[in-house]
Amino acid sequence: MEHDIVIVGAGIAGMRAAIAAAEKSRKLSIALIAKTYPIRCHSVCAEGGTAAVLREGDSFDLHAWDTVKGSDFLADQDAVEFFVRECPVEIIRLENWGCPWSRNEDGTIAQRPFGGHSFNRATYAKDRTGFHEVHTLYERMLMYDNIEIFPEYFITNLAIEDGRVQGVSAIHLKTGYMEFFQAKAVIFATGGAGRLYGFTTYSHQVTGDGLAIAYRNGIPLKDMEFFQFHPTGLIPSGILMTEGCRGEGGYLLNKNGERFMKKYAPEKMEVAPRDVVSRAMWTEIMEGRGFEGEYGPYIALDLRHLGEEKIEERLPLIRDAAIKFAGVDPVEEPIPVKPVAHYTMGGIDTNVRCETAVKGFFVAGECACVSIHGANRLGSNSTAECLVFGRVAGEVAAEYALNAEQGKISAEFRQKEEKRIFDDLLGKNGDESPYQIKKELNETMDNNMWIFREEKGLKEAVKKIQELKERYRNVEINDKSRGFNTDLTSAIEIGYMLDLAEVVAIGALKRKESRGAHYRLDYPKRDDENWLKHTIAYYTPEGPKFDYKPVVITKWEPVERKY
Amino acid sequence: MVKFRIRRYNGKKSYWQTFEVPAKRGMTVLEALYYIKENYDSSLAFRASCRMGICGSCAMKINDRPRLACETQVLTLGNTVKVEPLDNFKVIKDLITEFDEFFEKHKAVKPYLIRKNDNYAEPKELLQTPKELNEYYLFTLCIKCGACYSVCPAAATLDEYLGPAAMTAAYRFCADSRDEGQRERYQIASSPSGVWRCHLAMECSEVCPKNVEPAKAVQLLRRKTAFSILKSLLGW
Ligand SMILES: Cc1cc2nc3c(=O)[nH]c(=O)nc-3n(C[C@H](O)[C@H](O)[C@H](O)COP(=O)(O)OP(=O)(O)OC[C@H]3O[C@@H](n4cnc5c(N)ncnc54)[C@H](O)[C@@H]3O)c2cc1C
Ligand code: SF4
Ligand code: FES
Repeated sequence: MEHDIVIVGAGIAGMRAAIAAAEKSRKLSIALIAKTYPIRCHSVCAEGGTAAVLREGDSFDLHAWDTVKGSDFLADQDAVEFFVRECPVEIIRLENWGCPWSRNEDGTIAQRPFGGHSFNRATYAKDRTGFHEVHTLYERMLMYDNIEIFPEYFITNLAIEDGRVQGVSAIHLKTGYMEFFQAKAVIFATGGAGRLYGFTTYSHQVTGDGLAIAYRNGIPLKDMEFFQFHPTGLIPSGILMTEGCRGEGGYLLNKNGERFMKKYAPEKMEVAPRDVVSRAMWTEIMEGRGFEGEYGPYIALDLRHLGEEKIEERLPLIRDAAIKFAGVDPVEEPIPVKPVAHYTMGGIDTNVRCETAVKGFFVAGECACVSIHGANRLGSNSTAECLVFGRVAGEVAAEYALNAEQGKISAEFRQKEEKRIFDDLLGKNGDESPYQIKKELNETMDNNMWIFREEKGLKEAVKKIQELKERYRNVEINDKSRGFNTDLTSAIEIGYMLDLAEVVAIGALKRKESRGAHYRLDYPKRDDENWLKHTIAYYTPEGPKFDYKPVVITKWEPVERKY
Repeated sequence: MVKFRIRRYNGKKSYWQTFEVPAKRGMTVLEALYYIKENYDSSLAFRASCRMGICGSCAMKINDRPRLACETQVLTLGNTVKVEPLDNFKVIKDLITEFDEFFEKHKAVKPYLIRKNDNYAEPKELLQTPKELNEYYLFTLCIKCGACYSVCPAAATLDEYLGPAAMTAAYRFCADSRDEGQRERYQIASSPSGVWRCHLAMECSEVCPKNVEPAKAVQLLRRKTAFSILKSLLGW
């Protein structure tokens, strides 16, 4: 197949890119490929809001400063300054395309407060912000005849030949056969890598495929050791219990019934910043003051004192979710929660124009690291990032494609790729189960690369991951059929995850400081002298090779991060 | 232990298979399916992503009723759980059904805001009061899971019928104070594959996991469509 632009990933970033490219020129043929139907992407899970400076009293500098401070000064400030200026128009565009933003009485778009933002700038659509953004973008996209959607195509590789991108290979899930998409430009908007962890807020489909494919093709990954942990993931599923629960007055209790936050943040208590609360909760659990449950130790999120009326009025979805997913009615019982892996700050190394080390290859959204989130992302900044940089990627790729030669995927590449997937992986016999490997990987991530990290645990993790990589060579896929072989695609995803986990673990081991979400018990302080720099990881067959890159500072010199 | 009887299909034949799953409080049907896939039979195929009832991937027939697997607690279902693919959809493999047509039907009703002055480069904020928002908000909540379509008697007998979810999308945009595309959509809705095919069985609303009330949307759309036909007949 031939297109001018191939976009992989139909989340907020990918769909925004498709629309931007189509707007640039109706003559461009655009393929949008995703392993799920567009409205089944992970972006639909975003609840709280999307940041943008819309009203008097707020300013670009303020949004930028909040973001830089939140990032613990690891964000590139030129990128942040560009980003905040582009957010507002994206909100208005979505509005014009039908997004049911929540409204003020006068009919203007409403905004709400969000952690780490010093102005009420989270634009929201009830607590289903991502869901409505995705549906609005999808529906708008249907208006463009030059965007062709290929849902349920699972991409396996990126074709880079003669120093440029030529296209991608994908398994058409329905038939099980491989298709090759040739293109002038390719955009990856494949999302984060949250399923590396066992306990996570992420959708099942977020397995870091795009990151791993880029990485294996020699494109470096940036700052992968930074993963965000949210304090309140519902047990056992990890579903997010929004910050609003504590905002409305909910308590966090240990097994002695104590509001333990008084020891860690006497003033802010339960509404202290995410990293502070997560660390406090984890300390309680580690010191034996968590509740014991069927699914391991937990902390109680107690809303009972708010009363049924208030819970129904302010937190209806939370009540609904707790009942449906944990069998607990928060009006009658405290909700079992613990900190949960929530966001991938790192990603494919890119610049503000979404360009990468390879000509014709662009990236946007959570799979990219521009970087505007640095060591810790502020809530509501990532959907905004997907909109802003999705648009940039679409426009830049369109300009590029208008003047580029058509990509050609060689016969050699095709044969090699088919052999790699169908003969070497699907056709092979072995005695390892990919799911067992994934289970052990998840455990290693949850134990050793969690909120608190230290040298011994990280070294163990590296060793374990390398062992799992060895064992992975010997996996056997039981289902040998072609059509909708999710056994095969799961095994491929697990292979991707192993490569990424290794980058996270070694990057974390090397970074001998604590910054944002990366907290080292053996190096509890931020160290600007040695570590105010981005981690860059390159693929080699023996494991990642590391390099570092300076952080761009325009206006704001690093200071202590206090709230 | 809970017994799972699953209706399977491998492209050639369909058959039932039974698995025993150790279930405890908090376990959903979706988790049980993953348990089976990861421990007993990895060829079992089903769709899932968000596992929080918002992406619409996992609708299937559970104990004879279409539900979201991720939202259904195993322990509320008794000792035996029967799992089958959705009715009215062609089965591709096991619990995975063909959804391309369903999305085509959604697209057919022009489910997007239609405005004469569509300014991409310099958009202007359009006002909409909370009251105007509430006129259509309920109908934006459709996750396109297909549960309604799977029980719709009109869809079962007439392949072309656009179905409750598509009709809901049509009404959602017609009722949006910012929209100017009603006329086009009423035409589609009053076509032979549109609202007049509905048998008013109301089962769609009954099974909708998001309480979107697609049957209500169909009725409201009928009223609007009838009125608009009348208007054009009278030359208003
Ligand atoms: C529970 C939760 C709540 C959140 N709330 C907020 C919030 O309130 N505000 C905020 O700003 N952010 C929030 N976030 C973060 C935000 O939702 C994500 O960062 C963002 O949606 C990522 O969008 P994306 O477009 O980059 O990728 P995704 O939406 O993850 O889409 C990735 C796409 O790539 C496709 N894909 C992946 N691999 C392949 C492959 N191998 N082949 C083909 N296609 C592939 C997928 O099918 C999908 O279409 C939240 C996150 C979570 C987990
Ligand atoms: S109307 Fe309800 S049942 Fe029908 S597709 Fe939408 S969410 Fe599913
Ligand atoms: S997995 Fe998304 S709705 Fe069930």
